[in-house]
Amino acid sequence: MRALIPALVLAFGFLSGATSVASAQDIARGERLFNACLRCHDVGKDAKNRIGPHLNGVFDRKAATIEGATYSKAMKRAGADGLRWTIDTLNIYIQNPKNLVSGTRMNYRGMRKEKDRSDLLAYLRQFSVSPANIPEASASLLRQDAPSLHEETYLDGDAEYGEYLSGECTSCHQSSGADKGIPSITGWPQPDFVIALRAYKKGHRPHPVMQMIAKRLSEEEIAALAAYFKELH
Amino acid sequence: MRLNRRRFLGTAAASAALLSSPIAVGQKRPRVVIIGGGAGGATAARYLAKDSDGAIEVILIEPSRTYYTCFFSNLAIGGFQPMSKLAHSYGTLASEYGVTVVHDWASAVDREKKVVRLAGGDAISYDRLVLSPGIDFVKGAIEGWDVTAQTKMPHAYKAGTQTQLLKAQIEAMPEGGTFAMVAPPNPYRCPPGPYERVSMVAHVLKQRNPTAKILILDPKEKFSKQGLFMEGWENHYAGMVDWLTDEFTGGVQRVDPDTMEIVLEDETIKADVVNVIPAMQAGSIAQQAGLTNEAGWCPIVPATLQSRMDENIHVLGDATQNGDMPKSGYSANSQAKAAAMAIRHALTGSRAFKPRFSNTCWSLISPDNGVKVGASYVATDEKIAKVDGFISQNNEDDALRKQTYEESLGWYAGMTADMFG
Repeated sequence: MRALIPALVLAFGFLSGATSVASAQDIARGERLFNACLRCHDVGKDAKNRIGPHLNGVFDRKAATIEGATYSKAMKRAGADGLRWTIDTLNIYIQNPKNLVSGTRMNYRGMRKEKDRSDLLAYLRQFSVSPANIPEASASLLRQDAPSLHEETYLDGDAEYGEYLSGECTSCHQSSGADKGIPSITGWPQPDFVIALRAYKKGHRPHPVMQMIAKRLSEEEIAALAAYFKELH
Repeated sequence: MRLNRRRFLGTAAASAALLSSPIAVGQKRPRVVIIGGGAGGATAARYLAKDSDGAIEVILIEPSRTYYTCFFSNLAIGGFQPMSKLAHSYGTLASEYGVTVVHDWASAVDREKKVVRLAGGDAISYDRLVLSPGIDFVKGAIEGWDVTAQTKMPHAYKAGTQTQLLKAQIEAMPEGGTFAMVAPPNPYRCPPGPYERVSMVAHVLKQRNPTAKILILDPKEKFSKQGLFMEGWENHYAGMVDWLTDEFTGGVQRVDPDTMEIVLEDETIKADVVNVIPAMQAGSIAQQAGLTNEAGWCPIVPATLQSRMDENIHVLGDATQNGDMPKSGYSANSQAKAAAMAIRHALTGSRAFKPRFSNTCWSLISPDNGVKVGASYVATDEKIAKVDGFISQNNEDDALRKQTYEESLGWYAGMTADMFG
């Protein structure tokens, strides 16, 4: 099946181009933007895994499921939790990989402009079994949520409040930083901590316990936790 | 506040901490006595000692030197955890946090004098008392069964020798024999516990004794994670487990530990192993102290876990009647932190924050097949009220179930570190 995908991709990819809302220029622009990804990711006919997995048929694929590709523990965990690559999740991920997977191996600071991401995804969309079934653009999820992912309100968190709040975390996450079955959350840079909790809060990340915990944390409380856990090693 | 502080350092550090605390020099430190070293009591002891930096004297009274966690004891029955992994000591609480651990029975609480009396004869006074006594069984709840029958018909609902006994009995069952569980009525410790246990027994029997049968005699019409357990039993132990409610059996009339019989309304069942889990109430010291209601549980003020009967006493965990939180180790741990904060605030003037509570219960159904249910809670004036919750879904894929199981192992490590240091 995997061997078939590139051929199908190319056949359908070109056919569907005509009905696409994304213009040929957009797709061509997306291809140029993909140059930033090429060192690690291959796509198209006979694409192989490089530092990262090949991206043929990435849409609607469960995260961390390409055989032979190397994934971080965090990405495998996200895949098992139910992370699927869709137009929405890819959009969020490309904007900043740590939005969705804090411990990802993907060492990329993120593509901030929505137009860039949209064009890049229009290009990648062609390498799917049936691109016509993939939505053209991220419906609403990121458009309204994205800006808050980069608000820098986390810098002056109240660490003493964070220490109290941390009691809710340490029923599961160990303050020693041990990382077995449940990830370590100690010593993180504050921005990583904040965007992770925001992503759970918004339901971008799939884990039900973390969604529940994060849902009732205010921005102030997230900042407080980030300030506390940053200093805990 | 010191983040990264080295944990409690003994007498020298204790004096230094005392000098720097808000308590005036020369004044006696306020004393908190904690009865019960389980998920509620051990957590409360650790958080009070850790967060007060020595400004509060913390005394923990717990009869056992080695504590076996009730949570995960079903996994020991199933052979997924050795009993030794469930054993914990109070050494770190004493040496690194400065908690005074007294291994004795608390036999009485004199609320007038604010004194706890010990079976060994000593009396310990307190400024605040934390009571985390767990559960005891309601006497006479099942005719024919009392604690002297527990060697024949074990409850295995307090972990340790009872767990080992039940495990040994299951392994010694004759070929094609019957395991019967007399399940408890609500409310009781660990709502999914009996049904996780059935899953673990089924797992053992599937390997060793595949024609054996499991019978659950249940006074309840429904139970925690029912859909998930039923699905798991069908998929992994087809034809082995029968769940019979009182509507069908007329209810358990009595048991006979000598003949291993269970008398129902219209028939008598003879089984090879009978696991009797009787109705429960708050641990007996709570009854003795007059802190329980007619139902046998301790009503509490939701935000601080203070007893409704005595504002100098905080009650935690299974013994409470709190509203919506289930009786679980996780709940007790969560409540302990809210109570510890309230006590520190009252005794040392430390900052008070809005309490928050949460709970998750993981269960293992078959190898690498874990499920979970959980919720978050807030304190209202009347009760600890559920805000939000989740539960595992039927038909989840194997990778997710495996991950959920591994997560439960991680949770065990995290929870016990949070309790014992």
